[in-house]
Amino acid sequence: MTEPSGAVQIAAANNEKEAADQVSDQVPDEASEQNDTWTPGGTAGVRPTVIVDNLHITYRVFATGRPAGSTEQKRWLKRSPSMRRAREVHALRGVSFTAYEGEAIGVVGSNGSGKSTLLKAIAGLVPSSEGAVYSETNPTLLGVNAAIINELSGERNIMLGGLALGMSLDEVKAKYREIVEFAGIKEEFLDLPMRTYSSGMAARLRFAIAASVSHRVLLVDEALAVGDKGFQKRSEERIRELRTTAGTVFLVSHALPAITKTCNRVLWIEQGRLKMDGPTKDVVDAYSNSAS
Amino acid sequence: MTTTTPSGASAAALAAEHGLAELGGRPSLLSYIRQLWERRYFAVELARSRFRAQNEADRLGAAWIVLLPTINAAVYGLVFGVIVKSASKPPHFIPFLVTGVFTFAFFSGCFSDGAKSIVSNRGLVRTLHFPRAVLPIASVLQQLFALGPVVLVMCVIVLISGEPISVRWFLIVPAYFLMSLFCAGVAFFAARLTIHVRDIAQLIPFITRLLFYVSGIFFAVSTKFSGHGLLTALLKINPANVYITLVRDALLSRDRHLQGVHADAFTWQLGIIWGVVMVVAGFLFFWRAEGLYGRD
Repeated sequence: MTEPSGAVQIAAANNEKEAADQVSDQVPDEASEQNDTWTPGGTAGVRPTVIVDNLHITYRVFATGRPAGSTEQKRWLKRSPSMRRAREVHALRGVSFTAYEGEAIGVVGSNGSGKSTLLKAIAGLVPSSEGAVYSETNPTLLGVNAAIINELSGERNIMLGGLALGMSLDEVKAKYREIVEFAGIKEEFLDLPMRTYSSGMAARLRFAIAASVSHRVLLVDEALAVGDKGFQKRSEERIRELRTTAGTVFLVSHALPAITKTCNRVLWIEQGRLKMDGPTKDVVDAYSNSAS
Repeated sequence: MTTTTPSGASAAALAAEHGLAELGGRPSLLSYIRQLWERRYFAVELARSRFRAQNEADRLGAAWIVLLPTINAAVYGLVFGVIVKSASKPPHFIPFLVTGVFTFAFFSGCFSDGAKSIVSNRGLVRTLHFPRAVLPIASVLQQLFALGPVVLVMCVIVLISGEPISVRWFLIVPAYFLMSLFCAGVAFFAARLTIHVRDIAQLIPFITRLLFYVSGIFFAVSTKFSGHGLLTALLKINPANVYITLVRDALLSRDRHLQGVHADAFTWQLGIIWGVVMVVAGFLFFWRAEGLYGRD
């Protein structure tokens, strides 16, 4: 029955689960359904949308070159073993939590702490080396680097993106104007290839396409930070809307105001571990105190 | 985490209770096919958009779709019809060569584009979820869009070279249909293999060229190797040769036996077998790795 996660503040007195070790306190995950003191807004439904269970992610990378300061002699024309050795990078080290319907979950942590890896794993894009991620549907990940099809026009990308998301031709046509307006793309840019777009424009368009269907789980990785003020406002509204239609939104950002405005729960990841998990205010306060 | 085991079990139970599935798996074959069917417009639109965009930077634009195989045929005609004169050259060489080169171009296009279909669409794969089989299918559809004008030009050249027009010409429709099935199978295999071993993309031009030279494009397999039983048999069941023979049999009617372009019932059977077996096997092979695409 117990489902220990990394840590949570509001240990709603579920003492039989004291077993969970680690960083700080204890998660009354499943039990929180009965205790229902979990989210500040109280919007969290009873249904979990994403269950992350003791997730470990290990990247295998081929390190090239020698470590700085190595005294090893140069061997010309010879590919010494040190030039191409597999190194394991342990990006996530046992993260567990359960996300519920209607939650908007912010993810904070310093650079390289594993935030983006966590999102990629929840989106099913990187395989876990241990543990598992359970989800109802395949969540959609919006990242800054993700592109749709760069050599095609914005107009084509909207059509294709909508169709790829499972809309019918008529549905895409019906939603086309809405997507363009949401993204705030000027008319004259719509027939230009997406590679000519500024990174902000491209990110706005991607978000607009992905947000045009209601996702059960939407993962947003810094994608909003590149948008301008007007777009940030629209996207924050859209995230709130998605929450009320019983989806779950994850938001990775270094912009704490964006997280405080849109999220009701925050995960703090540090060195691949879940350092803290709780209501936005508590975690954001603790995170900003640690940073200063 | 010290409590891996109980947590793992209860997490799985909670997931099962609420109908959550473990990510990274592949859907069942039936639901995969159903998802794929739901994305049929996506496959067509993707192919159409890419088809329109592929030559837009060139001054001659879409004309390259037919210019490329025509120049190709002209070069091979020059080399094998004029420079290296071969005794086994069929009597009506130009229509023979053009049908061979144009038809082979369809296969090689599907092969190389199919192999690239996942890798070159990484952005799409990492952004949106859809059955990945859409991508190799779209690359074959894109080639099919190009096949229309190519076949038209091919028929014109064949007509000008003196072949009489006939009802038999309609036989190219089933011939190209079967060939498309075969090519889709090849695209599925190539797309998945390229994910596992990226180096395969380097070898594709060589595999294609080897197939080109053994497929009876500027010589007739049946007349060139009439003495060697096994070799001729092997070259004859070579799928590229099968489909080229079916197309030639439909379009070329002069001296069909002398030209070595006669297709019998066995050739059609081979065409059906190659097409159906490859598309089914390729699809299953591709589907089995569904969870892996986009992770590199």
